[in-house]
Amino acid sequence: MSLAVLQRAKELLGDTIKSTHSYRGDDTLVVDAAAIVEVMRLLKDEVGMDFLVDLTCVDYLGREPRFEVVYHLRSMKTGERLRVKAPLDEPEDGSNPALDSVVPLWAGANWFEREVWDLYGIRFHNHPDLRRILMYEEFVGHPLRKDYPKERRQPLVRRDPNE
Amino acid sequence: MGLEFYTSKLADAVNWARKYSLFQYPFVTACCGMEFMALWGPKYDVARFGAEFPRFSPRQADLLIIVGTITERQGPILRRIYEQMCEPKWTIAFGVCASTGGFYQNYSTMPGADQCIPIDVYIPGCPPRPEQVLDGLIMLQDKIQNGQGFVQRREKREHDAGKNKLKVLP
Amino acid sequence: MAEAKKLVLGVQEPEDQSEYDREFSDDDELPTEPMTLNMGPSHPAMHGTVRIILTVEGETVKSGDVQVGYLHRCFEKEAEHATWTQVFPYTDRLNYVSPMLNNVGYALAVEKLLGVVERIPERAQYIRVIVGELSRITDHLTATAAGAMELGAMTIFFWCIKGREWIYELLEELSGARLTHSYVRVGGVAYDLTPNFADKVQALFPKLEKILKDVGDTTLELSFFRDRMDGTGVISRERAIQYGWTGPALRSTGIPYDVRKDHPYLVYDRFDFEVPVGSKGDNFDRFIVRIEEIRQSMKILAQAFAQIAPGKVVLDDPRIILPPKQEVYNSIEGMIGHFKLIVDGIKVPPGEVYSYTEGGNGELGFYIVSDGTGRPYKCRVRPPCFCIVSALPELIKDRPLADIVPTFDMMNMIGGECDR
Repeated sequence: MSLAVLQRAKELLGDTIKSTHSYRGDDTLVVDAAAIVEVMRLLKDEVGMDFLVDLTCVDYLGREPRFEVVYHLRSMKTGERLRVKAPLDEPEDGSNPALDSVVPLWAGANWFEREVWDLYGIRFHNHPDLRRILMYEEFVGHPLRKDYPKERRQPLVRRDPNE
Repeated sequence: MGLEFYTSKLADAVNWARKYSLFQYPFVTACCGMEFMALWGPKYDVARFGAEFPRFSPRQADLLIIVGTITERQGPILRRIYEQMCEPKWTIAFGVCASTGGFYQNYSTMPGADQCIPIDVYIPGCPPRPEQVLDGLIMLQDKIQNGQGFVQRREKREHDAGKNKLKVLP
Repeated sequence: MAEAKKLVLGVQEPEDQSEYDREFSDDDELPTEPMTLNMGPSHPAMHGTVRIILTVEGETVKSGDVQVGYLHRCFEKEAEHATWTQVFPYTDRLNYVSPMLNNVGYALAVEKLLGVVERIPERAQYIRVIVGELSRITDHLTATAAGAMELGAMTIFFWCIKGREWIYELLEELSGARLTHSYVRVGGVAYDLTPNFADKVQALFPKLEKILKDVGDTTLELSFFRDRMDGTGVISRERAIQYGWTGPALRSTGIPYDVRKDHPYLVYDRFDFEVPVGSKGDNFDRFIVRIEEIRQSMKILAQAFAQIAPGKVVLDDPRIILPPKQEVYNSIEGMIGHFKLIVDGIKVPPGEVYSYTEGGNGELGFYIVSDGTGRPYKCRVRPPCFCIVSALPELIKDRPLADIVPTFDMMNMIGGECDR
């Protein structure tokens, strides 16, 4: 049952798939980040993966490519699940890595993508409202990156010690 | 004897009245709120201590209870609410997160609400049991009776320094 | 002179008396301009952690910018700095109205990565179901209580809190803490059930059933409650799936998706229970679905207590489970084993898994990545209510201001889980 999804996706997507694997029962597709919207549209419409369960990112500091945006999909009809990963390199000029937004396909991706932008600093093209969501606007940096120290606080307000 | 005797006795009476009519503003943010609900509930019944009635407007409250973790983002709001409350006012840090940050020591949490406002009573526990909170409330009542609250002490200092001569103070 | 007097009094006498008798039309409405209104984060109905910047025209909400994140406690960053076992207390504080369910979800995720899910002793699996369902009852009781209270039904709040208190006492007896239990471990549970636990839980059922009946009867007849719940916050099935809704909120639209049924984990496939669904997808459906789920949880509990058999409650594997205290204090191997597990943590093989369970609010997923050390490389929670709250701007748009409170309440937004 599970392998069937992977098989169907492979036939449908062809070259955009970089690799596939199944580990502990989780089927994974690694795809080209530049084609993510097209891949997702095909998976949604043709393979039946119509439910975006989760969208997150992992920072593999020191590895090339450094980031991986991870999508978890589910089919509401058959209950099959699929993980799609899009590796992303950090641009040489130090700007934020970017890929296309999947908000046109799933409205629920809106907040997930804002969260990834907030915590990992990954830009999403065509996102309707890419603002910080968990941290405040004054915050500098992207805290879930591995090179952000855990206890570097950026206080907004502190008490007057002479109060 | 004389005027001073009467003013200090009057202050005792005023503080006695204050300690049994605390109007609380619950600043509930996190898990401790569940225990705070239990505190209101039938079993623990904080009403017995004259502090049951929550006022959801800081202008009508004189006891600010900070229930739960305060994040850096929440800080300015907490500060503003504290400043909006009329004096005299008291504060309780409910739970270890509000007291010190607890085991959340990271970029987003504030290490204790006392980083941005003065606190009178700290109640440890993650979350504290309702009995602990009632104990903390009684401690605060003692503090109020003795004029040891943060605002009360500041008023006393100002009074001794020659300001606020008209106020009746212990 | 007469004109000046009119101005001072502020009353304009109509020349024509028939002006009083005329029918009023839309043109007589006072002209309104869009107004920006700030709701929360310190608002009694906003649970202290959500702010909504509303644009209102009269009583109608034109747009709402929902801002979450006021309780961002960095679960992921903290987990990356803790050993696999030390993450349990943080999971307690995610959805803090159903801590046991989070414990179970996280333990299952780590076990999936370790590849030991099938080897967990049966008794431990039953105990996990039992404590999980008890936690689900507290979760739904709290959601019902808070929702009712914020609409003014204070009595319902007290009834539900009373029922929750009974369960807290039982869970305290079991784990030592009223709220933050940290009772489940990787490979099993911390301790066996206390004596007579089954009887004590089953003695609660009639009392809980009475509460549910009272709550149901009261709300069905409470006209202000029905007026504010019926037909408000309606979402269609398609939009609910678009937004990634799960749990009672999705089931209120009529989609019977429940992880316990669709992807059975632990021993859920051995129980006979139903998945209650709503029909309209409005707030009242969400309310009723939750109440009915409490009944189903009690049904599962009764079956679990009938089926549970004596046995071990932890996996027999010294690489995962701490040695018994007797060995730690009396043998060098036990001491070293204990020391290594505490200091280095459980060695989880490199890889990544996504494990999902039915939490209080819906599909609670843990996506964990290990690099082979004793600490998670990444520990992501898929927060069900984050997705649900993300639909709030759409649900309150073009609706009266008063609909915000019931709609928001029935989403059961829990700050710890939504903001993590």
